[in-house]
Amino acid sequence: MAAYILEQSFNPWESISEHQKSTTLDNQFGATATFIGTMRDFNDNVAVSAMILEHYPAMTQYYLEKLIDEATCKWNLLDILIIHRVGNIKPSDPIMLIACWSAHRRASLDACSWLIEELKHRAPFWKKETRANGEYWVEKNTNGL
Amino acid sequence: MSIQVKFFASLKETLNIDDHDIKSAATVGEVWDITTTNTERPNNVLVAINLEYAQFESTVKDGDEVAFFPPVTGG
Repeated sequence: MAAYILEQSFNPWESISEHQKSTTLDNQFGATATFIGTMRDFNDNVAVSAMILEHYPAMTQYYLEKLIDEATCKWNLLDILIIHRVGNIKPSDPIMLIACWSAHRRASLDACSWLIEELKHRAPFWKKETRANGEYWVEKNTNGL
Repeated sequence: MSIQVKFFASLKETLNIDDHDIKSAATVGEVWDITTTNTERPNNVLVAINLEYAQFESTVKDGDEVAFFPPVTGG
C-alpha cells in the first residue's frame, strides 16, 4: 500500500508497473482496477491553458493514507497505489492515479471507484486554472459524471 | 497557550491573511474571529483541527493546529 504526492510529472503506466514489481503480490492477484485523472484543456466550456494544484501537505498525505486504510477495511484488497500531483500542471498531464489489486474483479473495481470519489471530496487539494483572461480557483468538483 | 492557524487556497487570497499563532481561544469559531478580526464567515468554509475535519463549535486546546480552507477540488 502506498500514497505519493508528487511535484513533478509522472508516467502512471510506469508507476503501476514498477509498483506491481516491487510488492509481494506474487501470483495472488486476478484483478487490477486503475483510474488515471488527466488535466483537460477546458472547464465549463472555457479554455484552460495551465493549472496550479495547491494542497495542505500534512493533511493530504494523512488523508490519502487514511483512505487506503478505510478501503482495505471495506474490501478484500491485495494492494493499493495512489499518486496525486501538486504544483504546476499542463493539459494532458496526469493528475491522479489510483490502482487497486485484488484476487477477484469486484473488490478492486468497487474500491477504485470509491477511492476516486472519497479523494475528490475529502483530500485537501485545490485547483487554480489559468484562462485567457486570468487565473481562477475551481470552486467545486464535478459530481461524479 | 499557543494555537497554530493556517489558511489555504482562495480563502487565503480573499482574506489576504498569513498563517500565524494565537495565544488563546476556546473554539474554532473564536479562532476564526480572532485571526480574521471578526470577518463574516463564508458559508462554505471548511475547518480541520490537527488534520481532521472539525466544526466551528469544536473546542481547541494548547498546541492544536487549526486550518481553514474552501471546498476541496482535487482528483
